[in-house]
Amino acid sequence: MREENGQKRAEYEQIKAEKNLKRLAYDLREDTVDLICAGKAGHIGGDMSVMEILVELYFRQMNISPENQEDKNRDLFVLSKGHSVEAYYSVLAEKGFFSKEELHRTFSKFGSKFIGHPNNKLPGIEMNSGSLGHGLPVCVGMAKAGKMDGRTYRVYTVMGDGELAEGSVWEGAMAASHYKLDNLCAIVDRNRLQISGNTEDVMAHDDLCERFRSFGWYVIDVADGNDIDELHAAFEEAKTVKGKPTMLIANTIKGKGSSVMENQVSWHHKVPSAEEYTQIMEDFKRAKEAF
Amino acid sequence: MGNTANKQMICEVLMEAAKTDKNIVALCSDSRGSGSFTPFAQNYPEQFVETGIAEQNLVSIAAGLAKCGKKAYAVSPACFLSTRSYEQCKIDVAYSDTNVKLIGISGGVSYGALGMSHHSAQDIAALSAIPNMRVYIPSDAYQTEALTKALLKDEKPAYIRVGRNAVDPVYEEGNVPFEMDHATVVCDGSDAAIVACGEMVKPAKDAAKLLGQEGISVRVLDMYCVKPLDREAVIETAKNVKAIVTVEEHAPFGGLGSMVAQVVGEHCPKKVVNLSLPDAPVITGTSKEVFDHYGLNAEGIAAKVREILD
Repeated sequence: MREENGQKRAEYEQIKAEKNLKRLAYDLREDTVDLICAGKAGHIGGDMSVMEILVELYFRQMNISPENQEDKNRDLFVLSKGHSVEAYYSVLAEKGFFSKEELHRTFSKFGSKFIGHPNNKLPGIEMNSGSLGHGLPVCVGMAKAGKMDGRTYRVYTVMGDGELAEGSVWEGAMAASHYKLDNLCAIVDRNRLQISGNTEDVMAHDDLCERFRSFGWYVIDVADGNDIDELHAAFEEAKTVKGKPTMLIANTIKGKGSSVMENQVSWHHKVPSAEEYTQIMEDFKRAKEAF
Repeated sequence: MGNTANKQMICEVLMEAAKTDKNIVALCSDSRGSGSFTPFAQNYPEQFVETGIAEQNLVSIAAGLAKCGKKAYAVSPACFLSTRSYEQCKIDVAYSDTNVKLIGISGGVSYGALGMSHHSAQDIAALSAIPNMRVYIPSDAYQTEALTKALLKDEKPAYIRVGRNAVDPVYEEGNVPFEMDHATVVCDGSDAAIVACGEMVKPAKDAAKLLGQEGISVRVLDMYCVKPLDREAVIETAKNVKAIVTVEEHAPFGGLGSMVAQVVGEHCPKKVVNLSLPDAPVITGTSKEVFDHYGLNAEGIAAKVREILD
């Protein structure tokens, strides 16, 4: 097993060197599903939909690493949809912020640092989250501080689409454009499902792009938010925007990557059975082979 | 300075500190006027953030600023700051451990006839229940000055409640005994003790004077540090008196009285009686009229002390 892990690690390094982030996203999906099985809990559907967003941010966009945690010009990230913590932990472990072995051994277990929502006592995590509608306003404060001090960092936050029913999101959206925070980029993981069903049935959001535009944001509609190339182009475009914050509406698929989970509301929070696990891993393998 | 409103004193101390410390940032939610922070906004526009009428946003933005090295002072009416923004105080400030000082202005029943929507009679209970949150309620401008200076030196979350109006001083210029997180003995006595905070300290002091004229010796403890409560001072006081009256501008549950009774009950059981606002919307009137109505004045406090010593 140890040797296997070593081989896997070497393979990852090679993949990253080639900037083959598409495969990395699927490797981290595997890690995430394993983590959920180990901890016997997890918001698996949203973990799968947000994966390419996190991979693009952590492995190509953001100036952030375990070595620059004290650097005042490091980029800042808040996972506002804190329940996608399994995907987030997997990305941070891959980035070297903490041990993957300890993560998988202790996640959600008694006394663990790896709580079921982001814990900023862990390296690499700036803010605690979990209660929805907090990330954007907090990031407004971070971006405002950057403007006050003439810092070069950028601030990123990922929200869920169900989360947008929280009024505090719109308070933050107002303030971000009022203060012309072009160093702030928010992303909506638009997977169109929340715990009670279709987002448009629970509390309609369309047209989301128009809503954020009317709040003074520069909006980029990412047609396939699970396509890393498309995300890359959108993040690059966001960096060129002056005088207003940028919102990426990333149209994703909940449970992305496996026929077992995709677009199934029942997979909002679920631990796969042994049979489902086998099928999921097979689907991931097939997806990787296509790259 | 004695009759400067406590909120104004906070602003004056912060303005003085902001001259040399560019990381001090004040935030208001359309509350710069009511918070006496207009001079700060005018003199330090680069260190002032207006959030509009959005108290949740106020607290989250303060936390984000603090995360990036700012010393954030979020100034907003105590009624909204303490309960409208409660979750932001809990998650973004206390749980995430950001250097945010929450300044609850016009606290208690300061807004008088404006009614229950504008009263903060639950803030001590609410904020004290949050781990890593401290709660301070200074009594007069002198103590507010000392407290604000002390808070500038630390990087931990805190909630500070002050009233709307200037209050008569408890202390005097040049003689302001203050030790951070230690209650101040306003006057000493051995028959009974009055433990009070905020605007209730002055009437408690006056009550002790009235009782002294009758030969009843009363200790008054200014418990501006509601959390962390000065437990040693409470225990030491309980050991040396026959009974304790607590006085607070707060609902009867979960406030100073509850906390003092908890400590006394555990360490040195004595009779503890709490004088507070009622468990109901308070009667319409100015804050003074409200205090008088519920016996939260020198005569009412003295009467309660006489009653429990009988």
